[in-house]
Amino acid sequence: MNILVAISRVPDTTTKIIVGSDGKTIDNNNVKFILNPYDEFALEEALRLKEKNGGNVTAISVGNDLNTETLRNALAMGADNAVLIRAEGEFDSYFVAKNIADYAAKSNPDIIFLGKQSIDFDSLQLPSYLAEFLNLPLVTIVTKIDINGNEVTAEREIEGGKEIVSTTLPCIFSAQKGLNNPRYPKLPDIMKAKKKPIEEIQAISIDNLIEIIKMEIPSRSRLNKIFGNTDEDIQNVVKLLHEEAKVI
Amino acid sequence: MNIIAYLDFNKNELKKVAFEVATLANQIKSQTNANIFAIGINVDTEKANELKDYGIEKLINIKSDLLDKYSSDAIANSLFQFAQSINPDLLIFPANSHGLELAPRIAAKFNAGYVSDVIDLIDDNGNLYFKKPVYAGKSIITTQIKSSVKVISIRPNVFTAKKNPTNSLDIQNFESNISINEVKAKVIDINKNIGKLDVKEADIIVSGGRGMKAAEHFNLIEELASVLGAATGASRAVVDDGWRPHSEQVGQTGKTVSPTLYIACGISGAIQHLAGMSTSKYIFAINKDKDAPIFKVADYGLVGDVFDILPKLTEEIKKIKG
Ligand SMILES: Cc1cc2nc3c(=O)[nH]c(=O)nc-3n(C[C@H](O)[C@H](O)[C@H](O)COP(=O)(O)OP(=O)(O)OC[C@H]3O[C@@H](n4cnc5c(N)ncnc54)[C@H](O)[C@@H]3O)c2cc1C
Repeated sequence: MNILVAISRVPDTTTKIIVGSDGKTIDNNNVKFILNPYDEFALEEALRLKEKNGGNVTAISVGNDLNTETLRNALAMGADNAVLIRAEGEFDSYFVAKNIADYAAKSNPDIIFLGKQSIDFDSLQLPSYLAEFLNLPLVTIVTKIDINGNEVTAEREIEGGKEIVSTTLPCIFSAQKGLNNPRYPKLPDIMKAKKKPIEEIQAISIDNLIEIIKMEIPSRSRLNKIFGNTDEDIQNVVKLLHEEAKVI
Repeated sequence: MNIIAYLDFNKNELKKVAFEVATLANQIKSQTNANIFAIGINVDTEKANELKDYGIEKLINIKSDLLDKYSSDAIANSLFQFAQSINPDLLIFPANSHGLELAPRIAAKFNAGYVSDVIDLIDDNGNLYFKKPVYAGKSIITTQIKSSVKVISIRPNVFTAKKNPTNSLDIQNFESNISINEVKAKVIDINKNIGKLDVKEADIIVSGGRGMKAAEHFNLIEELASVLGAATGASRAVVDDGWRPHSEQVGQTGKTVSPTLYIACGISGAIQHLAGMSTSKYIFAINKDKDAPIFKVADYGLVGDVFDILPKLTEEIKKIKG
């Protein structure tokens, strides 16, 4: 079973976002970047399927030298190969999807895994783009996958419940939290990952369809009416919620 | 200008977000004189009449037995068949579990730019700009779509549905001509969380964190939620401890929510939690630590013990609710 896992590099969740001097992107100084947390669920599931069925797992990322660091995290977790599609500058999800689809069309994986979303732009669009470009079945936001021969039954999270989806391999999954508990790479594996080769491919160039005009930090001033814990305080807040905010 | 408003309206399931999509389409219509094509799938025509309250005059009812069970490929292909026939300029989807799958599919078919999770739209003399939160809401970008066909999905609960009654609703059937081979993945069953409101759809959310001390104490959260008709939410700490299901987690690696009122009980307000709820209209925090970061983003707060405050608070609210 050959599995392709798309990996993205995102700011650590504790990052305080500061807008860069161009007014359109974030200031990367002092930002720590990590492997997108949802991609860890995707990679973990791929590794478990490989351990059960044999085959190999390839991690792929679109970006520059900095992405090789992220790909090495994937190798340390247990991916067999890593591919960097080299691209500089700003690019949108459409660009990323076209490039990953181009690679997948040649390598014909049985499964393509992605994280549900990448926690930078939170767009949830890559899985659908890939499904369209490659004409493959898709199940997004999955919390459980059962594979039997070519038959797949997967659970996906929806508002207020789960959908049970039936499909067949080859297919595309996007992973939601709850699918598994990703492993922590062990030190020897981290060391070994540093020496593994990373295949490089030049990105095919595609015009961006989206242009960012500006980026701002939302400023919400809050009422900040903080009370103690007496019965009167509680009555006060309830009154404010009812009469001032009119939300209850 | 032709606008397609995808309502996520299947059979007789018509959710609040459908009215929000309709409201936004009408708002654009009033400025640009657009034609709105609202889309439903195998709809119950009786139920469809509710759309009249929200300014919808034309509903395209896409029909096929193959669409009885949700399948994103089959719906996207059918919708594309219809959409091509009217040359749309803008397609609006709800950013819910279905819309988020379908919108980028349609965008790919049209080679169109797509912006997801839109929270505001600016019309500058016919040039449309879309605002969208990024980095879990820590910042907001204003974007422009460069292709002539534009696709967006809108965050539920942000564009308030406004009543705007029309006299008549014209329902036009569109027979989809897809084949069984186009249904590559399909829903075979749905497990509903019975009697539970989802955090994504709720007007009020009552969330509990590690300050609740144990899974069994969440009855205090549930009782308050029940009096308010609210959904229950949780911090990652209590989800990781197995006290609450993953589906309740609010935050950067959980759900991003924008309710009218968010009540945080025994939650410290870590940056990853705030990322998921900071766009709530009002935030009300209960925490025994007066320096907890959650109070910095709170409109209302009570500094004290949740076990002491919650039962009394629930009683007080009951009084108001009569
Ligand atoms: C990659 C990553 C992703 C993350 N994603 C998320 C996410 O999506 N969502 C999320 O929530 N977190 C997330 N976190 C975790 C986050 O950093 C915090 O650890 C978590 O939010 C803390 O949960 P908490 O507020 O319930 O617990 P704590 O931080 O332990 O806070 C408990 C609070 O309860 C108060 N308290 C204690 N006892 C009482 C009492 N009797 N009465 C009143 N108050 C009391 C305390 O004063 C304290 O403020 C993530 C972390 C990482 C590293």
